[in-house]
Amino acid sequence: MTADGEFLRSAFQAMLKARILENKLSSLYKAGKIVGGVYLGRGQEAISASLGTSLIQGKDCFAPLIRDQAGRTAFGEPLIDCTRTYLGSVEGPMKGRDGNIHRGRPEMGMPAMISHLGAQVPLIAGMLFAKRLKGTLAGCVGATSVGDGATSTGAFHEGLNLAAVEKLPMVVVVANNQFAYSTPNSRQFACADLVERAKGYGIGGFSVDGTDFMACASVVGEAVRLAREGGGPQMIVAHLLRLGGHGEHDDGSYVPEAARSGHYGRDCIEVAMRQLVENGFATADEILAWQDETAEDVQKAVAQAQQEPSPDPYRENWTALSTEFPISTT
Amino acid sequence: MSVTYIDAIREAQETLLREDERVFLYGQDISSFGGAFKATKGLAEAFPNRVFDCPISEDAMIGLAVGSAIEGMRPIIEMQFADFSSIAFNQIVNQAATHFYRTGMPIPITVRLPSGGTPGSGPFHSQSMEGIYAQYPGLVVVTPATVSDAYHMLIDSVKLDDPVLYCEHKFLYRWLKSKKINGDYLPIGQARIARPGKHATVVTYSAMVHEAVRAADRLQADGYEIEVVDLRSVKPLDLDTVLASVARTGRLLALGEAFPWGGVTAEVVAKVTEEGFHLLDAPPQRLNARDTPVPYHPKLWAAHRPTPESICEALRKLLSF
Repeated sequence: MTADGEFLRSAFQAMLKARILENKLSSLYKAGKIVGGVYLGRGQEAISASLGTSLIQGKDCFAPLIRDQAGRTAFGEPLIDCTRTYLGSVEGPMKGRDGNIHRGRPEMGMPAMISHLGAQVPLIAGMLFAKRLKGTLAGCVGATSVGDGATSTGAFHEGLNLAAVEKLPMVVVVANNQFAYSTPNSRQFACADLVERAKGYGIGGFSVDGTDFMACASVVGEAVRLAREGGGPQMIVAHLLRLGGHGEHDDGSYVPEAARSGHYGRDCIEVAMRQLVENGFATADEILAWQDETAEDVQKAVAQAQQEPSPDPYRENWTALSTEFPISTT
Repeated sequence: MSVTYIDAIREAQETLLREDERVFLYGQDISSFGGAFKATKGLAEAFPNRVFDCPISEDAMIGLAVGSAIEGMRPIIEMQFADFSSIAFNQIVNQAATHFYRTGMPIPITVRLPSGGTPGSGPFHSQSMEGIYAQYPGLVVVTPATVSDAYHMLIDSVKLDDPVLYCEHKFLYRWLKSKKINGDYLPIGQARIARPGKHATVVTYSAMVHEAVRAADRLQADGYEIEVVDLRSVKPLDLDTVLASVARTGRLLALGEAFPWGGVTAEVVAKVTEEGFHLLDAPPQRLNARDTPVPYHPKLWAAHRPTPESICEALRKLLSF
C-alpha cells in the first residue's frame, strides 16, 4: 500500500519543520543559550514523521522519545512547546521543572517521557487499557518510539508482552540508529534483525529502511491501520543511522566512516524531497516555499520563548503532591 | 462475629469497585484465584471486567497503572509481595512520583504492598519498603496498623489524587481481629495515640504498634506508663502529634520493622531532635530490624525484628537516663 499524496506532503512538512527547528536548537546550544542537553532526530525524521502523521490527535495517544521532533510536530505539538522547554520559559508545558525532550501534554494524549528507556511502552499500554475500560477504545491507536538501546531493557520486554497479552492496539517503532550513545549494535543484541522479536511476543512485525521516506510512510501506515482495526500490537523496526552524536555535546566520532558513507548514512530528508518531486507529489518550488515559511515559524517560536520569563525560585510552588494535607508533608 | 485486617482490605476494595467506576484492580493471581492472600476473593465474579490477572511484570503493571490514571482511571495494583515492587521501582519513583510536579497532572494510583515479615518467609517475601518510597517526593506512604485503618485508609488512598503506597502488614492479615470493619476514622496524615502514657513515647507504625503496646503493658508492672503513637502514614508524617507526645513524656523511642540504616525511625528522630530538642530529657533512641537480610528460620526471624523483649530493653535504657 502506498501512502497518498496528502499524507506524504503533510509528513514531509513535519520533517522539514523538525530539521530546521533542530538546526536552530543546535546553534542556540553552541552559543550557550540552552542549559542541559540537546538531543536531535537528524536521520530519523522519515520514520518519526510517518508515525506522527498516521496518528490522530485528540483520539490516539503518542509517547515520543528523544529523537521524535518530527513525530511530535506531525502529531500536533506546537513549535513553541519545544522552544519554551529548551529555553526554560516558565510559560512552557513543563514550566522549567523539566527540560529539552522531557516534555509532553498528557491531557492531549502525549505523555512526557522520563529518561529511563522502555518505560513509556507499558505507559501507552495503560492509556489504551483505560480507554477499553471506559468504552472509548474503538478505532484508537497508541504509539511509542524507542531506539535500539531501549530494546535491551526489562521495561520494553515487559511492556510489549503485556500489550500482547491484553491485545491492545499499540504500535511500537524501534528506530535502530545503530548506536545507543556510543554502544554499537554488536554490543546491544545478537539477533540478525530486531524485528525477529515480534514473533516471540506474538505481535505483528515490520522491517523498513528508515532512510526511505515513502517506504516508511507506507509501512507505518499499514502497521497503524492493522492496530486500529483490531490486529493487536505491531512493532516496526526502522533501519537507519543517527546523523550526529547522542546529543549536541557529543561529536559521534566513534561512528565509523564506513557507516557514515554507507546506505544508511544518506539523509532521509534529501531522499524524501527527491521522492516527492519525482512522483509528482510536490514541486521543488513548493518545497522551497515550505522551507522559508518554516524558517520564519521557527524564528518566531525562538524569539517568543526567549522573551518570556524564566521560573522564579521564590515564587515556585515547591510541592510534588497535588493533595494539601492539613499537616506537614515533608 | 469478628473481622480481620485482610477482610477489611477486601471489603474496602469491594466498596471502591461498587462506588467508583474508575476503579479497577490489576495484579498477579488476583482474578478468579482471589490473590495469593485472598485479598480479592470473589471480586472478579462480583465485578466482571474490573479485576484482572496480569503477567509477572511489576514494571509494566505500574506503567499500565500510570497510563490508565492519565486517562482518568483509579487503579489499585496488588504487588504480590512488597519485595517485588523493587522491579517496579523505576515506574513508581520516576514515572508516577514525578508526574504531578513535571506536568501538573496528578496520578491517582494505589499500589498495595503486602509488607513485613512472617515466620518462614525469608529474605524475599518479608521486606518493609516504606522508608525507601517515603524518601521520594511525590508519593504518599501509608502503613495501617488496625482493622479500621486498613479499611478507611485504603478507601482514602484511592480517593487521593496522588500516588499512594499502601503498606499492608502480612502478619496482621489474619491475626488482627476487630468487632467491626469500619470503626473510628482519622484522615491520612494524622497520627493516633494507640496507648496513652507519661514516662516515654514510642513512635511506631504498622505491626510494630502491637509489639510496642505489648512491651508497654509489661513495663506497666514496673510502674512505667508508656505512650505509643501510631503514625498511620509515614508520609505525610504527623510531627505535631509526635512532638505533643514527646512534650508530655520527655523521652522518645522510634520503632520500626525495616532495616536500620536511615528510614522512618531515623526521620522521626531527626525531626524531633531538630524541632523538639528542648522537650527531650534523654537522647532519642531507635530500634529497627537487624542489618542483615530477613532470615528464613522462625527462630532467626523472631530475633531479627524488634520484639516485646527488645522493645522493653530499649525502653528501660531510655528510662534510665
